[in-house]
Amino acid sequence: MRVPLSWLREYVDLPADVTGRQVAEQLIRAGLEVETVEESDLTGPLVVGKVLTYENEPQKNGKTIRWCSLDIGKDEPQWVVCGAHNFEVGDLVVVVLPGAVLPGGFAISARKTYGHVSNGMICSSAELGLGDDGTHGIVVLEPGEATPGDDAIELLALRDDVLDIAVTPDRGYCLSIRGVAREAATAYGVSLRDPADLTLTGSGENGYPVRVDDAKACSVFVTRTVTGIDATALSPRWMQKRLLAAGMRPISIGVDVANYVMLELGQPIHTYDKARLSGEIVVRRANAGEKLMTLDDQTRELDAEDLLITDDSGPIGVAGVMGGASTEISDATTDVVIEAAHFDPIVIARASRRHKLSSEASRRFEREVDPNLPRYAAQRVADLLAEYAGGTILPDETVVDTHPKPAPVTIRADHAARVAGAVITLDETVRHLASVGCTIEAAAADAVAAPLAAGAHAPVLAEVGVTTVGSTHVEGDDLLTVTPPSWRPDLRDPNDFAEEVIRLFGFDNVPSVLPAAPGGQGLTVSQRRRRRVATALVGAGLTEVVSYPFTGAADFDAMGLPADDVRRTTIKLVNPISDEEPSMQTTLLATLLRTAERNVGRGANDLAIFQTGLVFLPKAETKAAPLPSVAHRPSDAEVQSLYDALPDQPLHVGVVLTGALAPTGWWGKGRPAGWADAVQIARLIASVVGVEPIVKNVELAPWHPGRCAEFSVGGPDGMVVGHAGELHPKVCQAFGLPARSSAVELDLDALIAAGPESIAAQPFSSYPVAKEDVALIVPAEVAAADVQAALTEGAGELLESVRLFDVYTGEQIGEGKKSLAFALRFRAPDRTLKENEVADARQAAVQVTVDRFGAVQRVG
Amino acid sequence: MSGPNTDYDPVEVTPLHAEEVERTRDEALTAFTEAADLAALQEAKTVHLGDKSPIVLANREIGALPPQARKEAGQRIGAARKAINEGFASRLAVLEAEHEERMLATERVDVTLPWHTPQLGARHPLSLISEQVADVFTALGWDVAEGPEVEAEWLNFDALNFQPDHPARQMQDTFFVEPAGSGKVLRTHTSPVQARSMLSRKPPIYVICPGRVFRTDELDATHTPVFYQVEGLVVDEGITLAHLKGTLDHFVVSMFGEGLEARLRPNFFPFTEPSAEVDLKCFVCRGASVGNPDRPCRTCGSEGWIEWGGCGVVNPRVLQANGIDTDRYSGFAFGMGLERTLMFRNGVEDMRDMVEGDVRFSRQFGMEI
Repeated sequence: MRVPLSWLREYVDLPADVTGRQVAEQLIRAGLEVETVEESDLTGPLVVGKVLTYENEPQKNGKTIRWCSLDIGKDEPQWVVCGAHNFEVGDLVVVVLPGAVLPGGFAISARKTYGHVSNGMICSSAELGLGDDGTHGIVVLEPGEATPGDDAIELLALRDDVLDIAVTPDRGYCLSIRGVAREAATAYGVSLRDPADLTLTGSGENGYPVRVDDAKACSVFVTRTVTGIDATALSPRWMQKRLLAAGMRPISIGVDVANYVMLELGQPIHTYDKARLSGEIVVRRANAGEKLMTLDDQTRELDAEDLLITDDSGPIGVAGVMGGASTEISDATTDVVIEAAHFDPIVIARASRRHKLSSEASRRFEREVDPNLPRYAAQRVADLLAEYAGGTILPDETVVDTHPKPAPVTIRADHAARVAGAVITLDETVRHLASVGCTIEAAAADAVAAPLAAGAHAPVLAEVGVTTVGSTHVEGDDLLTVTPPSWRPDLRDPNDFAEEVIRLFGFDNVPSVLPAAPGGQGLTVSQRRRRRVATALVGAGLTEVVSYPFTGAADFDAMGLPADDVRRTTIKLVNPISDEEPSMQTTLLATLLRTAERNVGRGANDLAIFQTGLVFLPKAETKAAPLPSVAHRPSDAEVQSLYDALPDQPLHVGVVLTGALAPTGWWGKGRPAGWADAVQIARLIASVVGVEPIVKNVELAPWHPGRCAEFSVGGPDGMVVGHAGELHPKVCQAFGLPARSSAVELDLDALIAAGPESIAAQPFSSYPVAKEDVALIVPAEVAAADVQAALTEGAGELLESVRLFDVYTGEQIGEGKKSLAFALRFRAPDRTLKENEVADARQAAVQVTVDRFGAVQRVG
Repeated sequence: MSGPNTDYDPVEVTPLHAEEVERTRDEALTAFTEAADLAALQEAKTVHLGDKSPIVLANREIGALPPQARKEAGQRIGAARKAINEGFASRLAVLEAEHEERMLATERVDVTLPWHTPQLGARHPLSLISEQVADVFTALGWDVAEGPEVEAEWLNFDALNFQPDHPARQMQDTFFVEPAGSGKVLRTHTSPVQARSMLSRKPPIYVICPGRVFRTDELDATHTPVFYQVEGLVVDEGITLAHLKGTLDHFVVSMFGEGLEARLRPNFFPFTEPSAEVDLKCFVCRGASVGNPDRPCRTCGSEGWIEWGGCGVVNPRVLQANGIDTDRYSGFAFGMGLERTLMFRNGVEDMRDMVEGDVRFSRQFGMEI
């Protein structure tokens, strides 16, 4: 809502020297969101001039200019060149003098033009920032409107600050100058001259026939009729100026007056050409198949839920949203039917959404308009049309009014003070409620039903005193019966009234008290472990990044996922940012590889990045989430069904490594990051959370089929928690990554859940260690991890550790075989091991590998 | 050992003459002193302390002396040997020290050279700031609560008093989950975590909820469709607006420094009543730039205050929808955008830097913000 300060001043006696910024500050304190204050860049001198003489001088370019002398209240006339011809000697005009700046930053100086030195210029409406007045010439003032030399800036109120206010949904009444003026009056403690305080001249009967079929959707419908207007009359300059300042374009007297009254009072108005109406106006819901061409010349299919204004010809408007073209007023219109109505906010909101049509009217109706306004607003429109378009107001008036009166609400007299935790006296409470327009009655405390709990944090207020409402003496636990004003339908609950009191009391005056929470337990195990994983990855040289979780087929294709891959089954969005990425990620790599691609594209060739984030896994059966009542807590079953309807959303961690892990340098050759680094990072993550995973070779996109490690927890038949390894060459290519880039993705939630609750300390032996090496020749396809597991199993309790230290393939051991060399350490808790004990344990370990894999010990 | 040679004339055993012993000793000491390095010292040692050295040979002669002369000769030779041994040892110590010093000097390196093990990586500053916020509130005894990002519409809106046709619900620019009418959305704020907390816990409830949220904004310098928020919720007996202010003041001081405070400006949010915007006293100029063109402040635009978030007293309708006894309990809630916080706190000028995943952005922070 754009509010010109001069318009505001018409209804509120603001201090004379107060600026737009200062008013804005006060309104912000009162809870209005003033987004900007536009300050006019116009500076004088800009004066009234009287035309003394002029000469018409034809020019070579075909134009005729006028060389004019003007009386600007000085001894000598002012000489200027003027291109317009719509004035005569003796007319009063507006003259801008050298040194002035016109709106838009146009600086004026004396300049040579058409053979003369023009000392300023005579201004048009547009040049003064008043918009096009339709004259195609300069502004001619009314005779006697001013004296030569008068300051035209003041005369025409040209320099005006405009406040732009973002009106929150609860403050619909502030979508009007009237509403903002009410706040300004309260803020400055001055009285409001209510522009709706008009004399009603209507008879309340015999107006244009109207029938309302849906009284809930349309609770008030008022019409007035003005006859014999000149629809081509120009709107007065002040009205045009205010419309422009408020952001609306002047169009014609009929339209302008309706818009002006809407801005002034907040009541949307519709005007009909009476001659184009046929029969009774009926307000009803649409029938299937009905259509309407609206004022924007679009034909709209109507929905059965749409509330319509109709006449015998059919629909002539979507109520409260937009009128129809067929009954629009035109230059030929003489008789006008004015509609001022009250529509249900939800009906209007839905229609506006359905037709994707947000109008000035619908914006106001959606936030609910003062239901008492229609008769006054219709009167105001009629008055303005009679005055400026020469019409005659008929006393006939249609008034349909079934709107319920505002319901009184009973609150504890000290409720606002209790909500605030501040000492707000009853006197203040009553005063603030009255200033927002509430009427207040008091009742004794006997009626207080529920005693208020003592409370862990005793409210800060101690005493709130007493006050008098009418003839009743009120104390803190007495009750106030408060009836909100008609323009505040948002005031329904005790806290709504508390908010009004507290904002006028001043949020700044509320004390600051830190509440004492009961003792907490700190972060959860999962939260702590997640932090440690991130810290460990950073220690290993990885950098954390974030990326959007949106993905699509292109990413899955680039990852080489088969057509039936489960990761292609996604949660999709109805309205994604991009149609190419309609899905929520089922794998972090879909988005992390894109992030890697972007970094590589920006010149980061050696990249080690990680991200943690949710993935979104559809359930086998998709159910809609219910929308239970909000009148009370949903049942446990309902709550469960809310949770069950959602997809699984585990937290994953993803890693991408590209290029060199160690660069080439003075120490020697660099080392590329490879599959083993990826696997090692996955092992690192597992060990940070205290899990010893089982690792094995698998084939899975987007990894290299021979270089992908599957990680699982919970034993041989446990759960797969992720993968690590080198990316498939085609994947590297598709994402523009260096060859042999590698990646990890692990289900961090599952890993963390598999971690220990606590660790029991084990005693360790101080007896000497016995070291044994063993080299085993096994078939090439046997996994080292399995051989190691077999050794561990066979070696028994005396084994302290086993570590693979060499892998050999070559002629010496034959094709299809490999030699794995392990270092075994044996130690007993209670004695020095004897040679034969160690030898036996070693032999037992080897035997398991012989039995299981046909291993042969390599000698020498 | 042979028996005493009684005919032997000690005077004739030259090496045992006192002056001869002294000469032998002095020659040895001189040779040691003159040994320039350890090798020369070893050579001198062989000559002057070896098996065939004069002093060792002289020692052997003692047995040849008559018993009455042996004692004196033995003492003389013993003293000389001791002196020679000490001379050797002290020279050895000096030469070894010199040798070590020389060797260490040759091993000097340029410690400014880089090395090949990975440098420390970096956390994303959004993670760091959200952990910092969590730490501030866990220190107060609050819990860190979390929830899913694909959320039930009811929890995201209805449970928070966003009625189906209320303009506030339209203002949230929501991503809806297919199919239309699924009752599921990408959460538009972290507030559904508040609803979940109320549904799953019994008061007193003190929770802080950091998390990622979604709105259908186009990415530009100040907007992103995916961003991070942190919200706090308290439900307890006797909770008031004053407690909200106290909490926000504490939060401001914890994040931005001593002496700062929060300011509330009335506003509207469906889930709180009364509602307010939270401003933070500018931590750079502390208000000194207001009306002072000579000292403009970029951080607050010379306003003295920085818009930070929203807050309010939990609307009793919200408590009611989530099963909290409104006669007994009241609450407050607040929420801030973490990107915005980083922007003014750390001078990040473009939102896109925070969301594009360029490692250079994270790397400038490392492990600290």
